[in-house]
Amino acid sequence: MTSSYVDYATGDPVADAKAPTGPVAERWDTRRFEAKLVNPANRRKHTVIVVGTGLAGGSAGATLAEQGYHVVQFCFQDSPRRAHSIAAQGGINAAKNYRNDGDSIHRLFYDTVKGGDFRARESNVHRLAQISVEIIDQCVAQGVPFAREYGGLLDTRSFGGVQVSRTFYARGQTGQQLLLGAYQALSRQIAAGNVELHPRTEMLDLIVVDGKARGIVARDLITGKIDTYFADAVVLASGGYGNVFYLSTNAMNSNATAIWRAHRRGAYFANPCFTQIHPTCIPRTGDHQSKLTLMSESLRNDGRIWVPKAKGDQRPAREIPEEERDYYLERIYPSFGNLVPRDIASRAAKNVCDEGRGVGPGGQGVYLDFADAIARMGRKAVEEKYGNLFDMYARITAEDPYETPMRIYPAVHYTMGGLWVDYDLQTTVPGLFAIGEANFSDHGANRLGASALMQGLADGYFVLPATINDYLARHAAQDPVDASHPAAAAVVRETEERLAKLLAVDGDRTPDSFHRELGELMWEFCGMARTEEGLRKALDRIPEIREEFWRRIKVPGTGEEFNQSLEKANRIVDYLELAELMCLDALHREESCGGHFREESQTPDGEAARDDGRFAYAAAWEHTATGSAPVLHKEDLVFEYVHPTQRSYA
Amino acid sequence: MKLTLRVWRQKNPDTPGEMASYDVDNISADMSFLEMLDTLNEELILRGDDPVAFDHDCREGICGACSLVINGDAHGPERTTTCQLHMRSFSDGDTIDVEPWRASAFPVVKDLVVDRSAFDRIIQAGGYVSVPTGAAPEAHATPVPKADADFAFEHAECIGCGACVAACPNGSAMLFTSAKINHLNVLPQGAPERETRVLDMVAQMDDEGFGGCTLTGECATACPKGIPLPSIAAMNKEWLRANRKAKR
Repeated sequence: MTSSYVDYATGDPVADAKAPTGPVAERWDTRRFEAKLVNPANRRKHTVIVVGTGLAGGSAGATLAEQGYHVVQFCFQDSPRRAHSIAAQGGINAAKNYRNDGDSIHRLFYDTVKGGDFRARESNVHRLAQISVEIIDQCVAQGVPFAREYGGLLDTRSFGGVQVSRTFYARGQTGQQLLLGAYQALSRQIAAGNVELHPRTEMLDLIVVDGKARGIVARDLITGKIDTYFADAVVLASGGYGNVFYLSTNAMNSNATAIWRAHRRGAYFANPCFTQIHPTCIPRTGDHQSKLTLMSESLRNDGRIWVPKAKGDQRPAREIPEEERDYYLERIYPSFGNLVPRDIASRAAKNVCDEGRGVGPGGQGVYLDFADAIARMGRKAVEEKYGNLFDMYARITAEDPYETPMRIYPAVHYTMGGLWVDYDLQTTVPGLFAIGEANFSDHGANRLGASALMQGLADGYFVLPATINDYLARHAAQDPVDASHPAAAAVVRETEERLAKLLAVDGDRTPDSFHRELGELMWEFCGMARTEEGLRKALDRIPEIREEFWRRIKVPGTGEEFNQSLEKANRIVDYLELAELMCLDALHREESCGGHFREESQTPDGEAARDDGRFAYAAAWEHTATGSAPVLHKEDLVFEYVHPTQRSYA
Repeated sequence: MKLTLRVWRQKNPDTPGEMASYDVDNISADMSFLEMLDTLNEELILRGDDPVAFDHDCREGICGACSLVINGDAHGPERTTTCQLHMRSFSDGDTIDVEPWRASAFPVVKDLVVDRSAFDRIIQAGGYVSVPTGAAPEAHATPVPKADADFAFEHAECIGCGACVAACPNGSAMLFTSAKINHLNVLPQGAPERETRVLDMVAQMDDEGFGGCTLTGECATACPKGIPLPSIAAMNKEWLRANRKAKR
């Protein structure tokens, strides 16, 4: 079977019509001033749906409710406190320059554009850097217990890809503490009656009426009841799509259904091939593996990464003398050393393992060694800084990282791609907004460490609450819609039919078996290194898996009950389509940039070689039909402030 | 290794449940407890049986979703969450009992899944600082002594899993409630609402039907995040102080 997908068409370019022109540092002020406002007394007449309760969704829901809007919010977890942002470990960046080490808003802006390998929008990134300082203030006021020094002031540390210390943290649980801050703010609004929360309720489709997003179809995961919810605007804060790969650091239930269904209803999907492979994860142990666990990037502050110089060296780490070790990051990138950006660290690990110098079972690992740090700082200081991470490592591997070096290997962690949004974070469907990891906006082709928390909270606390006003003010009197509207009824019918079909096949393969097969295919051909040949193979294979899925899937039980197999199978339906778009996007982008490494496009010393002449654009894809070629819309990226160069961390 | 599992099966809240026995084989010591249950469920699906429902998500010990009583202990024999419990803690041939959290304030939804929304309502009653977005002063305007910041963090680590309630013979939620109160009340940012917070949260806790505290200490033993038992005493002190102030 040959994929018809590769015959995609190129449509009109897409442009961000909302970002003001003028000096980059003034654009956010200009936009906020130009955006129309909704009179406080009129806000309660507007309903906004927010899907997801992570950092982006939780902060947006709380803030919109504080402003006076009626918020209807959804999460598939049993509580909004469990959204996957909670698992973020290392920290959150902010250009506070508390260290007096030369940091500034402009430097955070510069680092982020460069770190993203010049595939992000300057306007968006500058706004993110500006807002970063307000986020820390807001979170401290909420009682987020950031790490402090003895003088009572906030402590910071360094992360990959930067030479200043601008990462604020709460031991290895920064995501948890920031999320609980947002959750508590949201809880206050739930108690006040301003937010109507629907836990254990999963969005299954988007309702578009007269070209505008007006509601969602969602399933109550306990009763199985499929219901409709309506609003004046819909905000998707449903996270990324890393679980396409089956094995990733994402939570088991994180999924792409909300954004993929929105894409099918008209929202363009941008840069789907930009996925982040995180360099420091615990290697897999066997076929039973259900997910991978991250070891925070902060460990690279004090841990040194190495492999034996000799191939196939089987000696235990401690028996390999210093001169027979290759601290390859320090050797290749002397000025950034172990703190190079994630994409570079991951690829370097893959290279040394491909050379046969990997360690641990199957040679799929490198050492992250704290012996020097323990000698320098003392064990107690290391415990204070990283104790919970060391404990987690010891629990999972039954090895003591204070005694033997950790073994780590790259794993899928984050997706920079997502729904295309303009400066207002509005998708190509009017009234549909996407925030946090669900959109594509700020990280280009590679996200810097500790920037996901920053972006999620910037979008939710500060950007969306300002820009959504403009849309609601301009659409003040929309006709009411209810479940009887033909557009809504059609979406409900389609959803019910899809679930009924999944239950009816009664085949001989479990949902997980398909998910695993797809994930292995994607890891092999659309993972850390990609080639035209491999991507074409994947594009041929995915439609075959999809066909087999609908012939052989087995989902026990009924749709009218708590049915985790049905939830899973329905998410895989969407992965089987999204995977195809990711491979096509990776195939069409014949350059290497950031996390997207095409083996055909590399510099003589093996670094990613961008092709700015042909690919300095964001690729926004328009859906046509399942299995049919999508249409490519290019958004040209203009760099006025940060001149694109070959990234150098040497 | 080969194991026998005795698992609580209950179709829905209205149907009585019972323990059902299953044999699982080829279990690796490196598997997590939940991966072992995945293996069982794959087999059950292929046999046409209903797989065992259980809550889980991050599988890194931080989201607080997983919630199994294993051989009578909340989260099993190690001091960690169920998702971070590995099969190397068991031996070939073992029989393992797997039950949901047992507490009247946590009704069973299905099999091993319970409804913990009572916890959310306790937080809604006052587990926050009332600071709308945009109203925040510069972060360094108020230094916080490191000892206070560390005390706050130690209590803020609670993941809301409910093991404390499941382990308590009275089904009490004192440790969960005290963790949030101590986190916020020690900080200068939480001080203005210090009294209303403790009074309202404790009142909500009582309304939800959790049992009283008899200082058995099982909660702190079961807590995967090590929230200490004196946390409860600190909350009681806060409550007495707030009550005295309210009566003045």
